[in-house]
Amino acid sequence: MMVITANRLNDGRVVYRAESGAWTRALEEAQRFADEVAACSALKSAEADAGAAVGPYLIETDEGAPSGKKIVRETIRLSGPSAGTTKLSVQDANHV
Amino acid sequence: MYKYDAIDRALVDERVEEFRDQVSRRLSGELSEDQFKPLRLMNGVYLQLHAYMLRVAIPYGVLSAKQLRALADIARRYDRGYGHFTTRQNIQFNWPSLIDIPEILERLADVEMHAIQTSGNCIRNTTMDPFAGAAADEVEDPRPWCELIRQWSTLHPEFTYLPRKFKIAVTGAPSDRAAIRAHDIGLRVVRNDEGETGFEVFAGGGLGRTPRIGVKLTDFVDGRDLLAYLTSILRVYNLAGRRDNLYKARIKILVESMGADAFRDEVEATFAQLRGGVHLTPREEIDRIRSFFPPPLAPANDVAEGSAPSRPGFNRWLLRNVAAHKVNGLASAIISLKPIGGSPGDATADQMDAVAALAEKYAGGEIRVTKEQNLVLPHVPRGYLPKLYDALFDIGLATPNAGEATDIVSCPGLDYCNLANARSIPVAQAISHRLSADGLSDQAGDLTIKISGCINACGHHHIADIGLLGVDKRGEEHYQLTLGGSGTEDAAIGQIVGPGLSGENVPEAVARVVAAYLELRISASEKFSQTLRRTGSEPFKEAVYAH
Repeated sequence: MMVITANRLNDGRVVYRAESGAWTRALEEAQRFADEVAACSALKSAEADAGAAVGPYLIETDEGAPSGKKIVRETIRLSGPSAGTTKLSVQDANHV
Repeated sequence: MYKYDAIDRALVDERVEEFRDQVSRRLSGELSEDQFKPLRLMNGVYLQLHAYMLRVAIPYGVLSAKQLRALADIARRYDRGYGHFTTRQNIQFNWPSLIDIPEILERLADVEMHAIQTSGNCIRNTTMDPFAGAAADEVEDPRPWCELIRQWSTLHPEFTYLPRKFKIAVTGAPSDRAAIRAHDIGLRVVRNDEGETGFEVFAGGGLGRTPRIGVKLTDFVDGRDLLAYLTSILRVYNLAGRRDNLYKARIKILVESMGADAFRDEVEATFAQLRGGVHLTPREEIDRIRSFFPPPLAPANDVAEGSAPSRPGFNRWLLRNVAAHKVNGLASAIISLKPIGGSPGDATADQMDAVAALAEKYAGGEIRVTKEQNLVLPHVPRGYLPKLYDALFDIGLATPNAGEATDIVSCPGLDYCNLANARSIPVAQAISHRLSADGLSDQAGDLTIKISGCINACGHHHIADIGLLGVDKRGEEHYQLTLGGSGTEDAAIGQIVGPGLSGENVPEAVARVVAAYLELRISASEKFSQTLRRTGSEPFKEAVYAH
């Protein structure tokens, strides 16, 4: 299945295109396309509607999760950075 | 520290208002993304995987305590409470909203900072030895020269649309702590027989897809002629550099295709025409800029003797994280942003505030950012070191690993970056855990590990003892290992060992390489690169694939 994704214009957050044409933060609310022609047609509409989201493109999904060659990238986009940031305890951080 | 004059102030304030208007027009739909993208990039605004990213220039890696506090405030108000210090001595905020960025830029302007020329095909922020003005081996403090370059290169009309981005590095010492031969132009401060300041000049270095070590153009350019010589190099590049192929547009490709001698001849011919006149920097102007960077003073007698530290690990930290200073009684303290298992280069807003306070209390209020993604307090009275250590310990910034294998340099990689093919930070975290677990990092001493998540090489993997490049192999993250790179005075590009490794095999492979080094080295003073040169790569290659 294919889904259209982009980044939201005002804050850059990852969004997916719902059947209504609205953009949603939830992948499960995204419109899924089994047919490539229909997916490309919807992508053209999304590209024309550039007011709310930036750089729409198609991704592969399987059972509601990213799949295919870009699975790592799209999983990170969906779930956030896989690396911790800076939240270590003082003792752990100093490692003495 | 350099202070803005009326021209600097007006320029930055005008740019903030200009960008505020551009953002407003983008949000209203008046500007398309195609129209807006080059405008936002001119102001350091990228669109990454999860959000916009704002790259803020830290001029030649020098910050005041007030500026660091402003960065902390931005991290807290507009981001997620942290910032990421980069290999180019800048800071990146990973989560700002576009609508907030004009306000962030206004707050930066209040403390004489901006994000201009942190993207695009222009002259970027100058890289500098983070121990400038402090290093015991320094010929001369390079900060005034970096400031001169900053003023000259800011919105320089001739060099705003170069074939590709352009990076200049400056060191004031024979020891190269600025990787001058891995930059488009590298400058080393030297003195001639008459005692006049000048520069040894290199050009055509660079990392990325086609890594090259810069070639020497001249042994000496008088400081007053520095801008004429830089203009000459850039003019030759601007006219002859390729614009038809993104991957062949950097100056390194031009130098290589022309040949170093022919390129040098072109530069010298241009220099002969430009020298003097408007390109000459008068001694008075050099002295004026120098006056902003007074030399550090020896500490007062009452701080000569320090109290004992109360936190554990001080001696180890003293050994690894304190550098010799040119002034008796002072030292430079490296604040490692590489806690074991942490994200390289990240600092929380609270940590930034605390470092700013410590800089004011113990170090004259100045902070440096290093290309190794650490911070430095350049001028600390030695008597204050125990108190400083205790305070750093209490905020989780006392990791005693500067220059060691766990002091891993890493780009943001696929966790944040739109260009990346593979993750860097989790790999760095796993290697850091692995090498610290059984003391390999401590035993090895000086050893550099650098990781890039793609061929653009923001993690500088080419110039590491052990370099790792993330690649996408049919949808899976793999890592190519290189050995023998160096960004110092013996600059070298690391050589690929063999087939790439899957991510989960990297930490053990790196640990085996470090263990092999420990076994092969003649003594603890033989550096990794020396052992590698002596033994050849075969024993290390065996170690990489011995599983």
